[in-house]
Amino acid sequence: MDAAGPVSAPGPVVPRLLPCGPGAWLVEVDGPQEAAGLATHLRTRLGAGLREVVPGATSVLVETAPGGPRGRGLGPEALGRVVDDWAPAAAGSQQAPAVVVPVTYDGEDLPVLAEAWGCTVAEVVRRHTAASFVSVFCGFAPGFAYLAGEDGSWPVSVPRLASPRPRVPAGSVALAGGWCGVYPTASPGGWRLLGRTDVVLFDAGADRPALLAPGTRVRFVDAAQERGGDGRA
Amino acid sequence: MTAVPDALVVEAVAGPVLVQDDGRPGWAHLGVPRSGAADTASAGLARRLVGAPDGSALLEVVLGGLTGRLESPRGRWIAVTGAPAPLRVEGRAAPHATAVWCPAGARVSLGVPATGLRSYLALGHGLAVSPGLGSGLGAVLGSASTDTMSGLGPAPVRPGDQLPLAAGQGSPAPAAGLLPLGHDWPVPSVRRGSLRLHPGPRSSWARGASGEDALGALTAGVWEVGAASDRVGVRLHGADGAVLVPTGTQELPSEGVVLGAVQVPPSGQPVVFLADHPTTGGYPVVAVVDPADLPALAQARPGERVTFTRAPR
Repeated sequence: MDAAGPVSAPGPVVPRLLPCGPGAWLVEVDGPQEAAGLATHLRTRLGAGLREVVPGATSVLVETAPGGPRGRGLGPEALGRVVDDWAPAAAGSQQAPAVVVPVTYDGEDLPVLAEAWGCTVAEVVRRHTAASFVSVFCGFAPGFAYLAGEDGSWPVSVPRLASPRPRVPAGSVALAGGWCGVYPTASPGGWRLLGRTDVVLFDAGADRPALLAPGTRVRFVDAAQERGGDGRA
Repeated sequence: MTAVPDALVVEAVAGPVLVQDDGRPGWAHLGVPRSGAADTASAGLARRLVGAPDGSALLEVVLGGLTGRLESPRGRWIAVTGAPAPLRVEGRAAPHATAVWCPAGARVSLGVPATGLRSYLALGHGLAVSPGLGSGLGAVLGSASTDTMSGLGPAPVRPGDQLPLAAGQGSPAPAAGLLPLGHDWPVPSVRRGSLRLHPGPRSSWARGASGEDALGALTAGVWEVGAASDRVGVRLHGADGAVLVPTGTQELPSEGVVLGAVQVPPSGQPVVFLADHPTTGGYPVVAVVDPADLPALAQARPGERVTFTRAPR
């Protein structure tokens, strides 16, 4: 932990259950990593009783499966008890290996970012490859993950483009707000482009269709340096 | 080896014609929309009428205009439900929401319905769907639904397409005794009554122009279906110009949204999410339409008027 970092909040806030129509609730939590953690907890504990468990930036949407045991769906009391059982993991406790995404840093917005941050393009790349990210939630498109810096390793906020580009190529690595994301397919997009990757973000036929499913840790590496570094073509 | 065709060969398409089944629930956390038939009630009825399996693939036809030929060694039971598009089999008029025998080689056509928006054409045993490469329509995450937002699933149906039919066991039977004889099966419609609203997670994030809460404003108003409505969502405009007013300037962190969510964008004109809705959103969801009332909304044409009532607790 960074000794100069903020003092951690005194005790977790009790998550709130907000109604979302019959059989669905939104559970509010403190932040992105708590959302991913609670989503995992709920899946583990309630698996078959739930139709959807959808983490958001600071929340988890829980949709119960219709029917369920003895034709009765999961009620808010039972859900509340399982939520209460959950304790946010201490920061830095996630030890799963990170997915490594090689990036060709040639994005159109690199010079703009360098100017905004008062540094060189090389320094923008260095900062991005030095940070460790975690996938908090997916949205916008299948397999599009909103990646947040772990433990304050990405203290950056980037404004979106005022008007989105009509077409951002598949594999584009981009920034908006405090988030980093990789476009799984070509689409319109208003995020700032850092570069591109060849990794497949979404494969509907795979056992795990999304490479960066919520909770997945992610690190970016400079593809040019990788090639130079280990002699591969 | 010459395969005997067993398919509906599409000859003409006017508006959008999409393959739909029960969609892809359970994948929202990966950003995969649910998709599936927009009017699940009419789709389910069409399947039951022809004896096709629950959740099997059928055609969702917007405002009629589909013509095709049954290229098959045998006939099939077919049924059209939802928007009452006039059905003709080999030129002969056939009743709505009824199992109709379609002989092998016969031409099937759906005219333009007088009311409603989406018709469902089910064929006995359903359309053939196969995971990955195969003779059927390719399933993506277990579903052959065309998702108009994410692009998952088969492309919209075009003239020349051969829509393969499932083989099934024996001759699919129409659902005898499902409906009382002479029963006029109701087409889901917003004219039949107000849609029931449940409170949403952000019910306090918007108010009516005169200060009433969001549910109060939604239930007090008369709302018109906007022209930009689609399978993603029904865009509503206050018939008297009414809008909802966001209560704060606070930005909402993106959160998961449910089918039927009533979202209030900065314009104040609510959007009700249908089958192809985004899995997460950053505008407040102030209310949720009861799932049982969504088929009626999915059948509402642009310009039709919608009213809401509070769902009983």
